Amino acid sequence: MLTDLTIEQARAGLRAGDFTAVELTMAHLHAIEVLNPRLNAYLDVRHDRALDQARAADAALAAGDARALTGIPLAIKDLFCTAGVRTTAGSKILEPFVPPYESTVTANLLRDGAVFLGKTNMDEFAMGSSNMTSAYGPVENPWKRRQDESAVLVPGGSSGGSAAAVAARLALGATGTDTGGSIRQPASFCGLVGVKPTYGRCSRWGVVAFASSLDHPGPFARTVRDGAILLGSMAGHDPKDSTSADVPVPDWEAACTRSVQGLRIGVPREYRMDGMPSEIDALWRQGLDWLRDAGAEIVEVSLPHTKYGLAAYYVVAPAEASSNLARYDGVRFGARTDGAELRDLYERTRANGFGSEVRRRIMIGTYVLSAGYYDAYYLRAQKVRALILQDFTEAFGRVDALLTPTAPSAAFGQGEKMDDPITMYLNDVFTVPANLAGVPGISVPAGLDPNGLPLGLQVLAKPFDEATMFTVAAALERAAGFDALPTLRAGGEG
Amino acid sequence: MSLDPATVRRIASLARIRVEEAEVATLQNELNGILAWIEQLNEVNVDGVTPLTGGAQMALKLREDVVTDGGYPDQVLGNAPDRIGDFYAVPKVVE
Amino acid sequence: MSYTIQGRTGEWELVVGLEVHAQVISQAKLFSGAPTAFGAEPNSQVSFVDAAFPGMLPVLNRFCVEQAVRTGLGLQARINPVSRFDRKNYFYADLPPGYQISQYEHPIVGTGSIEIELADGSTREIGVTRLHLEQDAGKSIHDQHPTKSLIDLNRAGVALMEIVSEPDIRSPEEAGAYLRKLRSILRYLGTCDGNMEEGSMRADVNVSVRKHGEPYRTRCEVKNVNSVRFVMQAIEAEAARQVAVWEDGGAVMQETRLFDPGRGETRSMRSKEDAHDYRYFPDPDLPLLVLDEAWIETLRDSLPELPDAKKARFMQEYGLSAYDAGVLVAEQATALFYETVARGRDPKIAANWVTGDFFAALNRTGRGIEDPPVSAVALGQLLDLMADGTINGRIAKDVFEAMIETGKDPGAIVAEKGLRQVTDTGAIDAAVDAILAANADKVAEYRGGKDKLFGFFVGQTMKAMAGKGNPALINETLKRKLAG
Ligand SMILES: [Mg+2]
Ligand SMILES: [Zn+2]
Repeated sequence: MLTDLTIEQARAGLRAGDFTAVELTMAHLHAIEVLNPRLNAYLDVRHDRALDQARAADAALAAGDARALTGIPLAIKDLFCTAGVRTTAGSKILEPFVPPYESTVTANLLRDGAVFLGKTNMDEFAMGSSNMTSAYGPVENPWKRRQDESAVLVPGGSSGGSAAAVAARLALGATGTDTGGSIRQPASFCGLVGVKPTYGRCSRWGVVAFASSLDHPGPFARTVRDGAILLGSMAGHDPKDSTSADVPVPDWEAACTRSVQGLRIGVPREYRMDGMPSEIDALWRQGLDWLRDAGAEIVEVSLPHTKYGLAAYYVVAPAEASSNLARYDGVRFGARTDGAELRDLYERTRANGFGSEVRRRIMIGTYVLSAGYYDAYYLRAQKVRALILQDFTEAFGRVDALLTPTAPSAAFGQGEKMDDPITMYLNDVFTVPANLAGVPGISVPAGLDPNGLPLGLQVLAKPFDEATMFTVAAALERAAGFDALPTLRAGGEG
Repeated sequence: MSLDPATVRRIASLARIRVEEAEVATLQNELNGILAWIEQLNEVNVDGVTPLTGGAQMALKLREDVVTDGGYPDQVLGNAPDRIGDFYAVPKVVE
Repeated sequence: MSYTIQGRTGEWELVVGLEVHAQVISQAKLFSGAPTAFGAEPNSQVSFVDAAFPGMLPVLNRFCVEQAVRTGLGLQARINPVSRFDRKNYFYADLPPGYQISQYEHPIVGTGSIEIELADGSTREIGVTRLHLEQDAGKSIHDQHPTKSLIDLNRAGVALMEIVSEPDIRSPEEAGAYLRKLRSILRYLGTCDGNMEEGSMRADVNVSVRKHGEPYRTRCEVKNVNSVRFVMQAIEAEAARQVAVWEDGGAVMQETRLFDPGRGETRSMRSKEDAHDYRYFPDPDLPLLVLDEAWIETLRDSLPELPDAKKARFMQEYGLSAYDAGVLVAEQATALFYETVARGRDPKIAANWVTGDFFAALNRTGRGIEDPPVSAVALGQLLDLMADGTINGRIAKDVFEAMIETGKDPGAIVAEKGLRQVTDTGAIDAAVDAILAANADKVAEYRGGKDKLFGFFVGQTMKAMAGKGNPALINETLKRKLAG
C-alpha cells in the first residue's frame, strides 16, 4: 500500500515513476477520510490544495526537478503558521485566525517539494502530554491494548495529532514541536521516530510560541532515516529568528548508515528512577546491550540535577508562556468576547478563549515572575537550568551520546492521569532536561510493553551533533527490528 | 509559600483572565499543589551559579537598518475582530 | 544662588530626576524592518512583528545599537560590553505583544554625566544613571469615535533611548538647562532630532521636596511632559503641591501624575492597582547583546566635536565670551554658520553680527539655521565690505536688510544702490562747510564750550551725504574745521 511506504521508499518510487505524487496523495486523503473522523488527528484537511501541490510535484518530477521531498505527503502540526490556512494552536482563542505568512520550517518543506495534507490536532498551545487539552477534542491513539481493544488511549502530546496521523498511515511524516517532550513522548506512545534537534537548528519563526527558550520544531517519521530526511529540509539558519544557529546542515542520511563502533554511550545513573515500570527498565538494558553488541562502549555517567529538571521546567515554561500568550487579547486577531471596558474585554476574551490548563499555566507563570517571587522561583529555576546544562556538558566531555528511556510509561487511557496536573507533568521527566539544555534528542521505537503497546528509547547527543544521534538511533533501530503495527491504520482494521 | 484567595484574584487580574468567585478555591488548590511541588528546587545549592537565561548559547546577531517590511495594512488588519477604517477598534479607554 | 521653596514651616529644597525618552533616528524599527517615518496612513508602517502576530520574532537593528553607543559616548558614559533585553509585561491596547522589549537589569550604557550652564554663568554636573534601548508603543486615539478608541501601530516598535538622570537637579532652571543640553548633544550626534513638540523627545519628571539636610522624601512621577517650558512649570507646580501636602500634615503618595499646562497643575492619573508589577524577565527570543571593544573605539573616534569642547575652542580660538560661545554652540548648524562667517575675519565682529542682526533676522523671518535668510558666505562678504572700507557700519545694516529681501549678494546691492562709502575729502569738506555755514549759531555755541554739539554736526553731515560718508573722515574734517 502506498500509505505504508517510508519517505525513503516513496521518494525512490516517485522518481522511478512507479506511481505519481497525485496517486500517493490521493491514497492518503482517502485514508484520512476513512480514519480521521474516529482519530481526530487532523483538524483541517486541505484536499484540493494538497492535490494541487501533488500535481505540481508530478510536473517537477517529469521535468527532472526532483527535490528532497518532492511529492511527499506530510501532516503539519497546527502550531505552524501556514499562509492562508487557518492556524489554531489547538485553542479556541485562535479559532478564526488565518495567518498571512508561512513559518520558516513549513516554507522550507514546501521549497523542497512536500505536499501538505492538512493541519493536525494538538494540546492547546502545546501545553499537555496527552492531547486532552485541545479545544477541538482529544486524539485517539491508533494503537490498542492487546487485552482491551475497546480502551481509547491517548497518543501523547502535545503533538498528538501529528503522531497519530503518521502512525495510522495518514501521512508519511509530520512536523511537531517539542518544548518538554512534545515530539519524543508521542513518538514513543505511537511507535514512531520523533526528533527534537538542537535548540537553534530549526527556526521558530512562524511557530506559535509556547516557551521561546524551550520550543524546538522537529519531525515525526516511521524510520530514523526518514527523520533525518525531514530534519534535513526543516533545519537551517534563519535570520528572522535571533536564536537560529548559523551552522551548516550536514548529511544526516549518511549518518544513519555509519557504525557505532568505538562510540562511547553514556548511561545516566539518575534516570533509573524509583517506581519505573520493569518493562521500561528492561528495554533500556536491552538497548544498551544492542549498542554494546554493535561495538559501542557503555559508560555510566552522572547527571545529578536531572531530578530537578521537571520542577525547573514548570517554572521557566509557564513564565515564558504567561508573557508569550499576552498577545491573545482579542484586539488584532483571534476570537474576542466583548466587554464594556477594555479591561473587561481582555478578561472575558482570555477566560473564554483559553482552556483550563493554559489558564493554569499562565497564572503560575504570572505568579513566579511577580514582584517578590521572581528570585525565589524564576531566578532559582534559571540557576538550576544552568546546573542541568553543566551536567550535560560534563557528561558529553566523556561520552558521545546518552541512552535513556523516552517516557516513564506506554500510552495511557483517555481520562487517566488527569486527577491532578503534576501526574500528567511526570510524563516528561526523561525528555525535559534536553529542552532545558538545548541538546538534541530522538525517540526510537524499540519494543512493546506487555499490552503490546510501543515503547521508545531516547538518544541524546551534544549540541549540533545530530549526526551522532542519528548514527546511534539507526543502530538501535536495526537491532530492535521493530515491525509491530497499530490496530487502526490505513488498509488495516478500522 | 502558599497562595491565598486574594493572591489568586490578583494574579488572575495581572494576567487579565476573568475568574469567577466559584472558581477561586479550585484554582487556589491547583496552583498551591503545583507550587508546593516546585519547591523541591529549594533543595538545590545554587550559590554562585549564573542563571541560564535562554536556549541559545550564542551572542545576539544584528540586522542592517534597512526598511524591508510593513506597508500592508490590509493584512495587518485582516484578522481584526473589530476595526474602524484602518484602525483597530476597542472599547473607549478613559485615561 | 540656590533655589528654595518658601513654605509656612520654612524653606524646602527641590529634588528632581529626569527620564527622557528620545526617539532614535533610524530608517527601520528596533526589532522589525518596518519604516519609522512620521505622518503615514494608519497601520501602514506596521509589520507582523510590530503587531505581535503569532510566531513573530524580534531581530535587533544594528544601527539603533550604534546610535545608543554613540549617545553613551557623547554623555561620557560607560558602554557595557554585555547587555540584555528584558520584557516589561503589561496590557495596553497600543502595546501589541502585552510586553515592551526594554533593558532592565543590564542596560547598554551605564553611568555618565552632563554639564549644564546656568544664567549666572555657573556650571553643574548632572549625573546620568543609565541609557537603555527599548521599543515605543503605538498610539491610541480616544476622540474620533463616541464609544471606541482607535489603535494605530505605526509607532509601535520604533527605537527609543531612555536616558535616566540622577536626582541631582535642584531647580526648574536646572531641569530646563539639562534638557536643552541633552537635546543639543543628541542633535550633535545625530541620534535623536530632539523635537519635543512632535514627541520625538519626551520627559518623565520625578519630583520630591525635602527640608535641607534631610534624606529623600516620597517622589511623584509626572509623565510625558512635552516641552522644556512645561517641564519647568510642571516641576514648580508639583513641588508647590507637595509642600502644601506635607505642611498640611499629610503625606505625599508615590504615584504617576500628569501635567495640565492649561491649568498649570499636575493631577493624578487614574490609578491602576497593578501598574507597578511589570514582571520583568530576560526576553527568551533575544540572546545577550555583546559589543566588540574595537567597534566601540571606532565609534568613539568618529564622534563629532561636541558642544562643551566646541565652546571651549570658540573661547580660546576666537576670544569669545562664555556667553557668546555658549549661544553659538547650542546648535551644531549655528556653530558651523558662525565659523564660516568668522574664518579669516574679526571673530568678535562676526559673533556680534551672528548673535545680533542675524539671529534677529531668523526670528523675524521665522526661518531656521538650516534654511537661513542670509547665507554664511554672504554675511562674510558683507563683513569684508565693512573691513575694507567699501561701506560703513550704518550702511551695512541697510545692505543686510536688502540681502534678506532680495537674496542678492552684498557687493551687488552696494553697486546697484550706489551705497559705496564716500572717502573723497573734497566732497566731505564741501558737505561740512555747508553744514557749518547753515548752523552758524551752533558753531558759536560749540566753540563756546558746548562739546556735546559735535554729534549733531556729525549726524547732519552724514545725513547730507545720504549716510555714505566715511565716518572717520567726517569726524576728522569736523574737528579740524570747528577748531577754526
Ligand atoms: Mg519611565
Ligand atoms: Zn521607558
